Amino acid sequence: MSSQAATVNRDPGSIANPSGRRLESLISFALWGCAAVSVFTTIGIVVVLLTESLQFFREVSLIEFLTGTKWTPLFKPAHFGILPLLCGTMLVTVGAVLVAGPIGLGTAIYLSEYASPGVRNSIKPVLEVLAGIPSVVYGVVAVTTVTPALRSGVQAINAAFGTEVKVDVFNAASASIVVGFMILPLIVSLSEDVLRSVPRALREAAYALGATKFDVTARVVTPAALSGIVAAFLLAISRAIGETMAVTLAAGASPTLTLNPLVSVQTMTAYIVNITSGDTPTGTLEYRTVFAVGLTLFLITMLINVAAQGVLSRMREKYD
Amino acid sequence: MPSPETINDDSWRIDSRTRRRYFWSNVFSALCLLSMVTAVLVLVGLLAAVVYNGAPALRWGLLTDLPSRKPEAAGIYPALLGSLWLIALTALFSVPLGVGAAIYLEEYAAATRWRKLVQVNIANLAGVPSIVYGLLGLALFVRYIAKFDLGGRVWMVGLNLDRVILAGALTLTLVVLPIVILATQEALRAVPNSIRQGSYALGATRWQTVWRQVLPAATPGIMTGVILAVARALGEAAPLVAVGAVGFINQAPSGPMSKFTAMPLQIFNWAARPQEEFHAVASAAILVLVGVLIIMNAGAVWVRYHYGKRIRW
Repeated sequence: MSSQAATVNRDPGSIANPSGRRLESLISFALWGCAAVSVFTTIGIVVVLLTESLQFFREVSLIEFLTGTKWTPLFKPAHFGILPLLCGTMLVTVGAVLVAGPIGLGTAIYLSEYASPGVRNSIKPVLEVLAGIPSVVYGVVAVTTVTPALRSGVQAINAAFGTEVKVDVFNAASASIVVGFMILPLIVSLSEDVLRSVPRALREAAYALGATKFDVTARVVTPAALSGIVAAFLLAISRAIGETMAVTLAAGASPTLTLNPLVSVQTMTAYIVNITSGDTPTGTLEYRTVFAVGLTLFLITMLINVAAQGVLSRMREKYD
Repeated sequence: MPSPETINDDSWRIDSRTRRRYFWSNVFSALCLLSMVTAVLVLVGLLAAVVYNGAPALRWGLLTDLPSRKPEAAGIYPALLGSLWLIALTALFSVPLGVGAAIYLEEYAAATRWRKLVQVNIANLAGVPSIVYGLLGLALFVRYIAKFDLGGRVWMVGLNLDRVILAGALTLTLVVLPIVILATQEALRAVPNSIRQGSYALGATRWQTVWRQVLPAATPGIMTGVILAVARALGEAAPLVAVGAVGFINQAPSGPMSKFTAMPLQIFNWAARPQEEFHAVASAAILVLVGVLIIMNAGAVWVRYHYGKRIRW
């Protein structure tokens, strides 16, 4: 008895029995290992992308890569300017945000400020369904439904106004539309969260001054939640930039430096899919272009994600 | 001096400026309602479009036939089996790893800089585009990642699995791992501290407390997260393209070391073809895929409801 009293357990979970203690520390080490896998994944991503890209940049100058206006890695003479791919990606992303931004923010405001709890509870699962649909499905819908609708719409406009606007079979606009609806649930759920976290007292104070519902929403609640909304948009933009299957199917595979959403473009992700779905031998320049593009994609999305996380964590401190 | 009646009349009359403000307020609320209705209508329209395009091509043989050059005879059997193998292996790898990592972070790790680093890292991994994981898998699992020449001896890092199910499953594991970890952490956090303290008070060790008290209490939450993660793995195509799964394969995979395709890839392959008939087959295959996803999501809801209601604290 007295010997046990000498080994009082200060740390809950440690035990006097030596073999049990060894087992405990073994388990805690194994659990540490599980957590370390996530760190190794990040290290792995960085190492893989960097090693292959560095070999790529031994043959292609970084300046040509960043400023070149032609991306023709498979043709002779080969050009390795990433601007057309960046341009395609930006075209699709900007279009997607133009679609999802107003609709998403409007829906979030409606759900947080206007809707009854019943409506809110039935709309949220609907949006979750929208979020759970695989991106390849959006791609198929773009090809089978959105693009034909877009083309016949433009044709009708052409017929009515005598214009001659052409729409390619694969085009950035139709990719933008479907990607817009893919990122919509993200914008709605994050924005609604931050709108609802704005303290009631702010709203009540505004009503007491004779404000209308619009004044309260647009001049008090939304500005108060603005940083959170910005973070939601940033995360949605990052998702749109990284979106792959839908844009590969809908936007096409011709890297073009253009601002016209009705022509075929190629995004960074679509380029990676197009090259890796073929049989590219390891160690060729063609194989390494994929990693150089991947590194660019990773850096861009990571910067945006870190910015969004930063905004969100600052925001959390404000109302806690 | 005006009579009381006239004062009353004036104060009840809303001036035109105020009326205008209320008018625009109503317009604004109508616009917000309109955006929500648009979001819902698009979802309905999306599903309707897939059903409209896919229903004519939907037939029993779709599930049991091999892919074919002829759209009317094409089936998804190898892709279906490939997907099942993939998600089974992905769950096998990602659940122990993810739950272990979450237990470490929530129950073991002290609030040190290391824990913060791991936590921030997981949040960032969740935002990495899945095609980037594909590139990691391509280099790490499909080809040797790197050769190091150290003093005449060449060291190879990575596996050389060459386009088999195992390579795809390992890649998908990395994709869904952050989701499993974050969901499990949430579930562990929901277990009240009094349960842990009660267990410690009875002399249990940390692991006994986690294994016998905390984990059983958190199981419904963890299972919900796992189902959602597996559903994500089922719909992922981009990383599989990168690790070299092919869109057209003429025999069903027989094990983890078989070459394979998966349902999203088969759909992608059909939708990328110029013939419109294959677009219909792609839509029919989507109906199967979305059907499976809906069943899984319903399962997650059921688990949360059925097991969640037994626990009351």
